[in-house]
Order: sequence, then C-alpha cells, then structure tokens
Amino acid sequence: MKALAARRHDRRAPIVLLLLALLLTGGLYAVLAPTSADAAAAAPSASDIQTGEKLFQANCATCHGPSGAGTASGPSLIGVGAAAVNFQVGTGRMPAQQNGPQIEAKPVQFDDEQISQLGAFVASLGAGPAVPTEDQVDPSKGNSANGMALFRTNCAMCHNAVGAGGALSRGKFAPKLWETSPTHLYEAMLTGPQSMPVFSDTNLSPDEKRDIIAFISEQGDVAPGGLDLGSLGAVSEGLWAWIVGIGLLIGAAVWIGAKSS
Amino acid sequence: MTTTSTPTPAAKAAGATADYLDQRTGIGVVVKTFARKIFPDHWSFLLGEIALYSFVTILISGVFLTMFFVPSMGETTYTGPWSSMQGVEMSQAFSSTLRLSFEVRGGLLMRQVHHWAALIFMAAIVTHMMRVFFTGAFRKPRELNWVVGFTLLILGMLAGFSGYSLPDDVLSGNGLRIADGVIKAVPLIGSYTSYFVFGGEFPGQELIPRLFTVHVLLIPALILALIGLHLLFVVLHKHTQYPGSGRTEKNVVGYPVLPVYAAKAGGFFFVVFGVIALMGATMSINAVWNYGPYDPSPVSAGAQPDWYMLFLEGSLRLMPGQAEFVTWGGYTVSANIIIPAMIVPGILFTMLAAYPFIEAAVTGDRREHHILDRPRNRPFRTAFGVSIVVAFFILALAGSNDLIATHFHLSINDITWAFRVLIFVGPWLSFVITKRICLGLQRKDRELVLHGHETGRIVRFASGEYIEVHKPLDAHERWLRVQHEAIRPLEIEPAEDSRGVRRKGYALDRMRQRVSQVFYEDRVEPVTPAELTASHSHGEHDALEADVHEPTQVGGGSHLVEPDAETGVEGRNPQI
Repeated sequence: MKALAARRHDRRAPIVLLLLALLLTGGLYAVLAPTSADAAAAAPSASDIQTGEKLFQANCATCHGPSGAGTASGPSLIGVGAAAVNFQVGTGRMPAQQNGPQIEAKPVQFDDEQISQLGAFVASLGAGPAVPTEDQVDPSKGNSANGMALFRTNCAMCHNAVGAGGALSRGKFAPKLWETSPTHLYEAMLTGPQSMPVFSDTNLSPDEKRDIIAFISEQGDVAPGGLDLGSLGAVSEGLWAWIVGIGLLIGAAVWIGAKSS
Repeated sequence: MTTTSTPTPAAKAAGATADYLDQRTGIGVVVKTFARKIFPDHWSFLLGEIALYSFVTILISGVFLTMFFVPSMGETTYTGPWSSMQGVEMSQAFSSTLRLSFEVRGGLLMRQVHHWAALIFMAAIVTHMMRVFFTGAFRKPRELNWVVGFTLLILGMLAGFSGYSLPDDVLSGNGLRIADGVIKAVPLIGSYTSYFVFGGEFPGQELIPRLFTVHVLLIPALILALIGLHLLFVVLHKHTQYPGSGRTEKNVVGYPVLPVYAAKAGGFFFVVFGVIALMGATMSINAVWNYGPYDPSPVSAGAQPDWYMLFLEGSLRLMPGQAEFVTWGGYTVSANIIIPAMIVPGILFTMLAAYPFIEAAVTGDRREHHILDRPRNRPFRTAFGVSIVVAFFILALAGSNDLIATHFHLSINDITWAFRVLIFVGPWLSFVITKRICLGLQRKDRELVLHGHETGRIVRFASGEYIEVHKPLDAHERWLRVQHEAIRPLEIEPAEDSRGVRRKGYALDRMRQRVSQVFYEDRVEPVTPAELTASHSHGEHDALEADVHEPTQVGGGSHLVEPDAETGVEGRNPQI
C-alpha cells in the first residue's frame, strides 16, 4: 500500500498515465468508430450475393417467393435494386411484422453488412437503382433554398411544410422526415416505397434530390421562436393557446376573485 | 413632528393640478361617480377583462410591427440570414416579415406576442360569452350589449383573418384562396365580387395593401369604438351579480372601483400581458419561414387556419363534393361550398346573436334582471348553449381531422364519416344530456333544502328503526337554492268561450304556448316555504335534527346577514 502510494508521486507517473489513456482512447475508437462508406460502395462479391441469398431465403422468401418473383402476399423484387432493399430493411420496415394500412418503420433487424448482402442478392435478380454514394446525399453540398422550393411543390402536400408528417387516406400516413438518414431520404425518392410516388432522376435530378435533403436536414433542430409545438401549424397553436394561455389566465382570475371574500 | 394636517408639497401640487383640470373639464363629477361605482367580485367577471387586456396587448405589439412591415406585393429577392430562403423571389410583404423575424431586434418576440395575444383575445371573448350566456346575463336590459359583444366576436375573427393573411406566405395564401372560393360560390355576384375584392384574378397585386388598411385601420377602429360602447353599457346597466343572501335586483354587492377594484383590474392587466409575453418568448407561433413565399400551386399537409376559423375549415372538410350542380342556362351552383361556408355558420351565428330576443319573446318576460341565473335553473337555455358549443367543437375537430388521424393512428375517411354523423347527432345528444343533468342538479337542490346534508350518523330508535341524521342547511345555503323563480309554460285562454264561440287569436296563442312548453315544460320547482315547514315536522327524529343544527353558522366565509324571509321561515319552524 505504502509502496504504491510512494510510486504515485513519481515524476514519470503523469506521462505513463497519459500514454495509457491515449492507448485506451485510440483502441476504443478503432473498435467503435463507424466503418467508412467504402465498404458499402465496393462492388459486391459473389460470396456476398450467396450470403444474401441465404438471408433472403430465411427472412423474405415467405412473402416475396423463393426466387424473389413475388407471391400473393408480397410484390416481385426483380428490378427494385439495392436502394429499395437498403431503404426497406435499413429503416426496419422489412421484414414486415404485421399487415396494416401501411408497413411502419421499426427497430432494424439486420446489421449493415447483412443489409448490403441482401441488397447485392436482390440487385443480382435484375438491374435497379443502386445505393447512393456519400457524396450524393451530403446535405452540406446541397442548396437548401432550392430544396425548399422543390420540397414545397413535390413533397409538402403529404409530408407537411417542413416534413413533420401528414395524413393519407384510410389510415396511411406520410411519416415525419426529421430522423430519417440522408441516404434513406434519397432512396425513398428514388424508389417510391409504399404510397410514395417515384421521383426518378429525370423527374428530380440527383443534385435536386441533394438540395431537398439539405432543406430537410435544416428542419426540426432550429426553432427561432422557441418551442416548435410539433411544427404542426395553427391547430397545435390553438390548443396551446387554450391550455397554457386561457388556463393560466383563468387560474389568475380565480386567484384574484378569491382574494375578496 | 406635528399632528396638524399640513399637506406636503407633493400633495399640494397634486391637489392644484386636479383642481386645474376640474375647473376646465368638470372631470371631478366623473371621477366621483366612477370611484364610488360598485362592482361585484367573482372570477368569472374577469373573463371579459382578459379579452380587453389582450386587445391592448395586440394594439401595443401591432404598432411595433407596422414600423417594419412593408404591405406590398412588389417582388424582391431575399438576401437575409435564413439560409433556406437565400436568393428566393418573394413579395416585399413576406421579405419584410422575415426581416422583422430575424433581423429586427425583438421583432420575432413582438410578432409572436401579437399572434398569441390574438389567439387569447378570441379565446377570452368566447369564454366571456359563454359566461354571459349560461348565467342569463343577456336578459333585459342587456340584450343590446349582447349584440355589441357578438359583433365584437365577428370583428375579432375578421381582424385575425386579415392579420394572418398579411405575411403573404403559403399558408396565408391558402386561407385567402379559400376565402376567394367562398366569395366565388355566392350565386350571381360571386365572380364579380371576387374580382372586386382582389382587384382582378386571384391573387392579383392589390390584396396585401388592401388587407393592411382593413387590418390596421378599419377593424381596430370599429373594435375600439364597440369596446367603448360595450363598457359604457356596463356602466349604464350596472354589473350583474350572482344570487346570494343580501343580493337583490335593486342593489349591487361588491367593492367600489377605487381603490380595490381599480388595483385588481390594473394588476390583472400586467398578469395578462405577462402570460402573453411568456408565451411569445417561449413558444413558436406561425413560423412563416417554414411555409415559404406564396405561390398559388402548393398546399402542404396540415394546412389549417387559426383556431377561431377552424369551424369553417371543418365545415368545408365535412361537406361531400357531389352537392355541386349546374342549373338550366349553364349556371353552376356550388352548394358544396354554399352549404358549409355560408348556411351552416349562418345558422349557428344567427342563433347565437338572436337567442336573447328569442328567449324574451318565448318567456314573455318584460322585467329587468340583474341577478344572474344559476345555469341548472334554466335547463333549456343551458342545454341549448351547450349544444351550440358542441356543434362548433365538432366542426373544429373535423377541421383537424388529418392531425387526429396521424396522432391516433386512425383512418381519416372513418373520422370524416364519424364527424358527418356527429354534427347532426352530437348537438342533439348533448342537448338532451345537459337538460337531464340540469334537472338532476335541481332535484338535488330540492333534496338538500328539504332534508339537509347527510351526516353519516346512523341512529337506532327504541322501536328498532334506523335513520340517518341530516343536518339542515344554514340560511345562506338554503337561500341560494330557493331564490329563483320557476318559469312555467304560458297559460292561454281556451279556444271557445263559455258560449262555444271560437276565440280570435287562439291559433297564435296556441303556437306561443307550444314554443313555451318546449322551453319550460320540464322543470323542477324550487322549494316553497310551505313545503319546507312540512318537511321539518314529520316524525320523531326531528328532535335529533335540532340537536345537530347550528343556526349561527354562516356559509362561504362571507360576512353577510341572514335574509329576512329566511329567518322568518326558521322562526316558524317549531323544532329550532
């Protein structure tokens, strides 16, 4: 005990500790850091397609058919491409949990490698849109003002003016976009999942898609006026005017009225 | 230190100033009258003050906004700090609203204070109106003041609509487009009126300057004038008061304006202003930069007007589109817009405005009323008011059907159909239920007056009989429950006189009687002194009741004397 305490006062102790700390930080970083996108963008190997096929047979074939040609309970996946797989599986929508007005996002069931293997297999069934590169979806490279104009004319009628989500017919809905990753936003525009229309590259060019992503990425985190109340517009404002405003004021009126008697 | 009443220099100066003013304006008489004016005290009498003070807040913040807002539809390119608007073409109205929000110091706070104050203003008007309606404060001599207040409600809605249309963003443009559609749906003159209002085809170049004049000059001037008239009527009529011992149709029990009431009212202004400022500082409202500059093509999901116009949105959303038809001669009649945007609000608002006159005519009552009704004692009126409120509420919910769908994971089609049924069933059902509740509460009152409070004390008699001891009400409690008069349906003379000759005017009388029966057939009469006496002398357990009765207790913590009539009844009761 005493020896340990004495050694702690050694002049070299801080340096040793510093080195240890650096080593630990570096090691943790190497283990936990997200892998670069190069791995995903690399051309799929034959073994990836094979592993993907196995995953497909185990998890998807029940509805989409053993060859991916579709059954009565699931559409054909020939020609949908890796982008559709990356969106559907990467947001947890697939494998579907239950039938409903629409298939909803839920916790993701596969890791990134498995998703890219599944995508490689589905892409091998027929040519389709590929997963976009990091550069294509980088919000910092987009023009958010142009994105605002495009979003208003193409997206806001379902997704609300700032992408806070909105209702569709018969229980379907356009989801809120603020938590969706740029890659998934791009893939959704490209492949048109469920009720959403496809915005092909002739419709919205890749640059325009990136502008829209830049606009969406600016929403939700900055509210210059204070609490954003869900960015839902006048209904939520009216609700809060009654609850907070009239609630507090009637409370004050009761208090003032009670002071007399 | 002296004890003489030598005035201080300050007091002397104040006295001299007051004298100077009085000699030249005669204001002393006014101050004397006002300072001694008595106002009764109750929290619900402050609801109208909330409306008044939020209107003052609107005026103050609105003056600030006019310093920076540019009411022009001239085109400009945005170069301010908000990145998603960089280089976007827009009107000067929208551009100056953005500048007001992001570059003018305190501008966004003022915008938000102005808008929150407008929402609170309308909400306070509605709650104040509900108080006046349900307590019968609109009865003679106050019917005209009800109409003035009703006009203020309509003007408030117009002020709000013209105000939130000014920034020229997509949402406000959507609202104006609906207004344009409604105007165009008016038969014969619709298209001409629309061109007249917008100075050409919608949206034109004229609208924002025109709306600006309406919003900052015309409507505020009218509102101010009518508020003046409204308050003048209150002074002339004197304030109503809730029923209670010591309060009659001929007196007002309360505090003089100076000092108590003036201090309270002045303090309450700062409370109202403070709450609105707090909301403006912490809660975002009408974030126009989210919607972008107006362009007639886009409409975003969740586009709704401010809450007080939501009933109109809901009415339009509920109407099936098939009602539109083409008459001979090729004229289109847009019944799908005329019905929800003109007929439905027309019916609801007309009933609201005309109710005092309808009730006066049905009741045949020409007397003045200064004592308020307890809502339960007028079951028809209370139920009628509730059903109007329910109708507006259902329409407002229908206007929010998309948000209900997304937040409760329901099908928007089912919700819309549910509301289509509810708009017919809901008001009727709430009428029946409210009326039953009122009658039930009146029976409860009778029960309490006749038998007193349950004490939970069970006593067994020598004969083996068990009874629960009841504690009689004190005089104030009892007075509150027996003071009102029961209004009975009209009684008319028979159709034929004693010789069998048909009487003139019988048909009209019979009709009036029928309407009167709708209003007043179902009723619970208040306890009469005779019934009370009878109930207090039935059987041997009276002696026990007398034990627990404490005649000196005074209810409600007030220091009021027992009303004479009541002590009279007690005096006649041999048990006490």
